[in-house]
Amino acid sequence: MSDMPLPFAVVPRGANTNTAPVAPLTDADRKPLTKKDVSADHPTWCPGCGDFSVLALYFKLIEKRRMHHEKITTVAGIGCSSRFPYFVQAHGAHFIHGRALPFASGVALSRPDLHVFVFGGDGDAFSIGGNHFTHTARKNVKLTYVVMDNNVYGLTKNQTSPTSPVGFKSKTDVWGAKDRPINPIKQAIFAGATFVARTTSTNPNHLLAMMEQAMDHDGFGFIQVLSECVEFYPGAFDNSTPRKGGVFAEVPKEHDVTDEYAAYRLGEELSPGKFGVFYKVQRPTKNANEAAIIADYQSKVAGLPPWQILKKSFDRMK
Amino acid sequence: MSDAAVAAPSGGQPPVSSIAEAVIRIAGNSQDGIQAIGGFLARLAGRSEQEVMTFMTIPSTISGGPSIFQVRIGSGEVLSAGDDADMLLAFYDHSYTSHINSLKKGGIVLYDSDHLKPEAIPAENLAKYRHVGVPISSLTVEAIGGTGRDKGKNVFALGLLAKMFDLNVPKLHRLLQERFTGKDPKIAETAVNAFNYGYNYNLATAPELFRFKPGENVGQSQVVMSGNEALAYGLIAAGVRFGAGYPITPWSDIMELLRRELPKYGGQFQQCEDEIASVSMAIGASWGGRVAVTGSSGPGISLKTEAIGWAVMAEMPLVVVDVQRGGPSTGMPTNVEQSDLNIAVYGGHGDSPRVVIAPATVEDCFYTAIEAVNIARKFSTPVIILTDQGIASRIEAFPEPNLEKVVQDISPDFTAVTDHKPYDLAAPGGVTRHIAPGTRVASGKYPVVTGLEHDELGHPTGSPKLHVAMTAKRRNKLKALAAEIPTPEIYGPSEGKVLLVSWGSAKGPVQEAVKQARAAGLAVSGLHIKHISPLPNGLEKAFEGFSKVFVVELNDEGLVGIGQLGALLRARYPNTRFEGVNKSDGLTWKVREILDRIRPATA
Repeated sequence: MSDMPLPFAVVPRGANTNTAPVAPLTDADRKPLTKKDVSADHPTWCPGCGDFSVLALYFKLIEKRRMHHEKITTVAGIGCSSRFPYFVQAHGAHFIHGRALPFASGVALSRPDLHVFVFGGDGDAFSIGGNHFTHTARKNVKLTYVVMDNNVYGLTKNQTSPTSPVGFKSKTDVWGAKDRPINPIKQAIFAGATFVARTTSTNPNHLLAMMEQAMDHDGFGFIQVLSECVEFYPGAFDNSTPRKGGVFAEVPKEHDVTDEYAAYRLGEELSPGKFGVFYKVQRPTKNANEAAIIADYQSKVAGLPPWQILKKSFDRMK
Repeated sequence: MSDAAVAAPSGGQPPVSSIAEAVIRIAGNSQDGIQAIGGFLARLAGRSEQEVMTFMTIPSTISGGPSIFQVRIGSGEVLSAGDDADMLLAFYDHSYTSHINSLKKGGIVLYDSDHLKPEAIPAENLAKYRHVGVPISSLTVEAIGGTGRDKGKNVFALGLLAKMFDLNVPKLHRLLQERFTGKDPKIAETAVNAFNYGYNYNLATAPELFRFKPGENVGQSQVVMSGNEALAYGLIAAGVRFGAGYPITPWSDIMELLRRELPKYGGQFQQCEDEIASVSMAIGASWGGRVAVTGSSGPGISLKTEAIGWAVMAEMPLVVVDVQRGGPSTGMPTNVEQSDLNIAVYGGHGDSPRVVIAPATVEDCFYTAIEAVNIARKFSTPVIILTDQGIASRIEAFPEPNLEKVVQDISPDFTAVTDHKPYDLAAPGGVTRHIAPGTRVASGKYPVVTGLEHDELGHPTGSPKLHVAMTAKRRNKLKALAAEIPTPEIYGPSEGKVLLVSWGSAKGPVQEAVKQARAAGLAVSGLHIKHISPLPNGLEKAFEGFSKVFVVELNDEGLVGIGQLGALLRARYPNTRFEGVNKSDGLTWKVREILDRIRPATA
């Protein structure tokens, strides 16, 4: 048997720098977290940006659902809306452009005790991150994905986005956009998302209700939030905003949310479109499927410490 | 096969020579199962307390094509797969013509006379090599029936080799049964029959038979596996329980092994939609509290570089395996090259120092994986393991690790803390570690991990002062690591004419070259560098003792006129004159190739 010395010994557990242990909190000690407890940096968004409302309702959700502070997990990619984690006083990750979903999947799959919220914009979700959107949806990874859709690239200052309507004038389409925009609702249903909802930053109660339902859904929950960019696409969603003379039309009560084709048809209209839950079904999550594989394999090696499981493998290689 | 002691022939049988080692090359097509014969020979050597090293080539296409498997078995130290073969087993005309030149003068070629007609053998070959023709294909049909099934041919040939080298038949029977157990019991029986038929074939026409001297690793329990297997098991031993990847040759079998093994340990490996998703998912899991792994080969590493840069910036522990193959672009997927050193060390935008270590042998793959995990955690940094196709696919026997001692527990710790700064500038050596989501911070101030330049809590900053300080922090912590890396020892005397510097899989051939050169009276030594980035301290002293320092690597001299490690060493040690010994033929080093290149300098 070889006793080869290793130059770098394993760092012992709890060896984080600059930390000192504290006593655990009991549930009785906990109070609902207020906006004051969970707000961090002042948002970098322009005054009047729709994203403020999404942030405010995320705080509301945290308070209402009495989330434990340390369990709040906020992940984002790159974009105006993706600055989200800096504004939330909780564990957060600001990852690279378009890859928030695979990053969040890594957290969700390895940490079933956490519910991960992912925030981002239409470019992050449907352009650079389009492939990840499809696969995270089809694998049904348990997490909530809130896409703040403003139909334009805001952080980079006014370029055509994958959801910009035909005719929209931007710096990259001065003559008006020519390409057919993505329909996020149809895209999500087609990809295999198991919870698909549409809401708007101008209707707080509806937005909160959608976030709550997505959070309670056991699977990949997708919410498209219309969130106006007052700087580069003002008035984009006026036709669904009653105080601007638009019509806020909810998904009809009689709509069967488990009917994929009905949901697809209902999602056909891009603007103003309907609001509410289009599609909601139960399908085994990636998390549950992996847990089942693990349970099955672990039952075969029940009670053995890791080194003995490995020893069994090595014994077959002699 | 030097050191031959010829025993007296008995009863018309060929004489039996006692040998210390042999290089056997098996050449055929990839579907002939020649990798399997090689695998049996390697495993048998491991069980017989001998050293063994293999070398194989496989075509990158799925359905066939020429393929070889070379196995070097020795009673003493085996450092490389061997330059020339003592025996060639050739299944076809093309195997014969392509590989006869790899045989030593006077070596034995055992060929399938059903495919290669004796009259087709050139006269000059008959004078140079000893030929033994056996109708392998038709005898296999005779042995196990069927219609010339290629499947049994390899096992029949294994029987012939067992006779030729007086191999341990009961052990081989057991290996065959183990290999085919679980399938139809008839298959195992058929395999043993084919083997016995080959073993009992009358080899009276053979010029010589051989017997290995007893192995030197007496009493040592050895395991036999490939470099990719050793690396994957090393990651498991290190405590890794989450990984993500995308299929690419020659990385895929690490991913396949982890996918099926990790669930036993409560872990999981995810096959993702692409390379970028894989590295992102692994980073996400690392943030979840337990260092995770991703990996790939050349093209996939290119795709992962942006996310690796994020891990550098966010100071997230991560292990990235790069099984190097021939590049650039799609390159030569089933050949070996050491041309990813630059992308491993420098890949990505901005100043993004990271750790790069390169295993040299199959055994080293196992321990390097553990070291990588421990460095990643200790210094909160991505660590790239730079292995290559040569080590990945070759099989070696090595002493079984003391698993009870080696296997680590790195399960995450979510104990609440009073306060936490993820990027504390006052931390000694610049080394900070993260707390995972789920960890309560009593002060109510929670950390953000980020790719933006940030303050000590992870919040974005445009402050020039903070960018300077954080850049220095990321650099200094790797300097702190460098101080902990042992300075490699010189192989041979510390002074002489020539020093051969190696990294990765070049270690064995370079050390064998040093041995041969010294045996010929030349003042040649070797220095192997395992830690590529950061380099260990104290190397300049090693270089001082030699008039010439050659850096031996499997890559091109490029536009700089020296290989990739060579260029790195020139930049770091401007006072030493380095020269490159490079090649890019997609094959591992032959000892002779190295010696030929340095000969003028040794005179």
